[in-house]
Amino acid sequence: MDAAEIYSRLTPIFQDIFDDDSIVPTAEMTAKDVDEWDSLSHIRMILAVEKEFSLKFSTTEVGHLEKVGDLVSLIQSRA
Amino acid sequence: MKSLYTELQWLPAVPADFAARIKAAGASEQPLGRELQALANHALDLDQSIRLAKAIQKARTAGHPLDGLTPFRLAVLSNATIDFIVPALVAAAARHGIALEVIQPSYDQVAQEAFTPDSKVNSAKPDAVLFAIDYRAVPLKPVFGDAEAAAQNVQGVIAYLKSLQAAIKANSGATCIFQTFAPPAESIFGSLDRALPGSIKNQLNAINAQIGEFCLETGDVLFDVDGLAQTVGIADWHDVRMWNMGKFAFSPDLIPLYADHVARLVAALRGKSRRCLILDLDNTVWGGIIGDDGLEGIKIAQGDAVGEAHLAVQKLALDLRARGIVLAVCSKNEDEIARTPFQSHPEMLLRLNHIAVFHANWNDKATNIKAIAEELSLGIDAMVFLDDNPVERGLVRKLLPSVAVPELPEDAALYARTLTAAGYFEAVAFASEDLKRAGYYQDNARRVQLQKQVEGVDAYLASLDMTITFQPFNAPGRARIAQLINKSNQFNLTTRRYTETDVQSFEDDPSTFTLQVRLADTFGDNGMISVIICKPGSDATWEIDTWLMSCRVLGRKVENMVLAEILEHARRAGITRLTGTFLPTERNKLVIQHYAKLGFAQVSEDASGRTEWALDVAGAQPDTAPMRVISQGFTPLKENTVV
Repeated sequence: MDAAEIYSRLTPIFQDIFDDDSIVPTAEMTAKDVDEWDSLSHIRMILAVEKEFSLKFSTTEVGHLEKVGDLVSLIQSRA
Repeated sequence: MKSLYTELQWLPAVPADFAARIKAAGASEQPLGRELQALANHALDLDQSIRLAKAIQKARTAGHPLDGLTPFRLAVLSNATIDFIVPALVAAAARHGIALEVIQPSYDQVAQEAFTPDSKVNSAKPDAVLFAIDYRAVPLKPVFGDAEAAAQNVQGVIAYLKSLQAAIKANSGATCIFQTFAPPAESIFGSLDRALPGSIKNQLNAINAQIGEFCLETGDVLFDVDGLAQTVGIADWHDVRMWNMGKFAFSPDLIPLYADHVARLVAALRGKSRRCLILDLDNTVWGGIIGDDGLEGIKIAQGDAVGEAHLAVQKLALDLRARGIVLAVCSKNEDEIARTPFQSHPEMLLRLNHIAVFHANWNDKATNIKAIAEELSLGIDAMVFLDDNPVERGLVRKLLPSVAVPELPEDAALYARTLTAAGYFEAVAFASEDLKRAGYYQDNARRVQLQKQVEGVDAYLASLDMTITFQPFNAPGRARIAQLINKSNQFNLTTRRYTETDVQSFEDDPSTFTLQVRLADTFGDNGMISVIICKPGSDATWEIDTWLMSCRVLGRKVENMVLAEILEHARRAGITRLTGTFLPTERNKLVIQHYAKLGFAQVSEDASGRTEWALDVAGAQPDTAPMRVISQGFTPLKENTVV
């Protein structure tokens, strides 16, 4: 799956969970860049992404995520 | 893990315009309760639940009235993360007609909140406190094989829960909701874990049993989380990854299910549980179509997989009836044909005497369901409607949104399970009160029971300790008289319909003799059950214009008592002859021999089946039944009132 498609599918998830219709996820985006991105909405986002792409991340994989680009690479590696 | 339970499959699928409707509701200035409830009444997943809860919260903050939703304040005390559970509770509560406000203290503050009199929870004075705690919250260590230590552990946990309850009661007065504990999936010995004293599973079993007993004693509410976890599977319930990642006590996928179960309990506390199950017949109560397939063609037998699926629906209906749920039938059919299986099919479990109201006709089902609710004096929102046909379900949902209409899967084998999974009949207590509440209809069932025990009809009737009360038409009775006149079909000799104004004119006309009849018995008051109108005829005759009776009191010799009463007033008024007419309809075959049974002589019969009858007042000796007779409100009739 190419990265552009993954980003386009992430966008509505981010907008919904972080409650901001203007958010567009980018590779370098981190939790610090988004007001609503706290530990809980992080988990909600992970669950929503798992559901969207029909996969489950391991605890380690989730622990290693630093920025949105990491998440996209992880999805790519699993797809 | 996708299943009936996990995905709330008894609810309709989330509509495509769900997000748009939430946005529209947020922008609306209109009262939002009904729309939010309608949105909640879908199989929402966790994200959709959270979105809806946000909309509800916004409406509340903006001061928009949540019309039609009953307010309820619930505090949730937990040792785990409940940040997703709280919004899911708000959404699920809206589904059940509750505007839920959740009081959520800080993480893992169960004891502190309960024991501190002015804690956040106690000072909020909630209606109820949910102890959303799991096995990790209680001091429970394995003490393998040490029965004594295990018993002490169990008592320690129970004492802790009791002290929480006492503190909440003392500090806030709230009702407590206690959860049973779902044991972890990991076993130590294997199967032996269940039996071995001191294993975690063995101790939790004992604790769960005692929590149940404790709630029954105190009137607090039991939430059987262990039962729920077993239903979906313990391994799916305990999502270890999510516990580690965010201290979620159970899988976030199951939060909507958990929340719906809490909402059912809250709704039950507010008296919102359903009271009546309305059954479609063809392909719901039996397989096939009775009108086409006939009595021999429908599938309703042991040994046939389809037949057994439908028998399971009947068995469930009977079990629900045994706990006080009223059963009704709503079917598009010819009445007589629809009744045949109930009367004549040897494999049918449901019989006509189990059905409080039977509506088989060609009216639309929403109209029939309304009529059923009226006849039972129950609200539309007390009704559950079970129908295999998605078109009928859709129509009823659209026209009567407060009727609960479960989605059903293709396979009839799952109908019964789906109905119970929906939890419409959730009860927080079971008492003899519940049986009383089911009302006249349950009483009738008990009367039938009693009839089997006593010998002979008269002995049975005597055991009912009946009091029959006769009055002429009067203002207090007028509305009910008109109602009976307009809805009685079966025990109705002439099926003449009159308006309330007509009823009043009979009341005011001194030459018309009227009776309204009430019957009370050992089970309660049946209310007004019979109406008579006698119009003056020629030669000192009363023509019985209307004689009807509620079928609830069939077989009680009420009609004999009514005749005796009429005769007495007739004699006093100088009447020498009663005449009666039977006008046949589709529904009143029941009374074709009514006058014959009462000793009237047939005068004529015409081609339509209309029969005329007469009785000589002086010679009449009606068979009466053992009951107390009260006759009140009659002014002595004078000779000159007779034409």
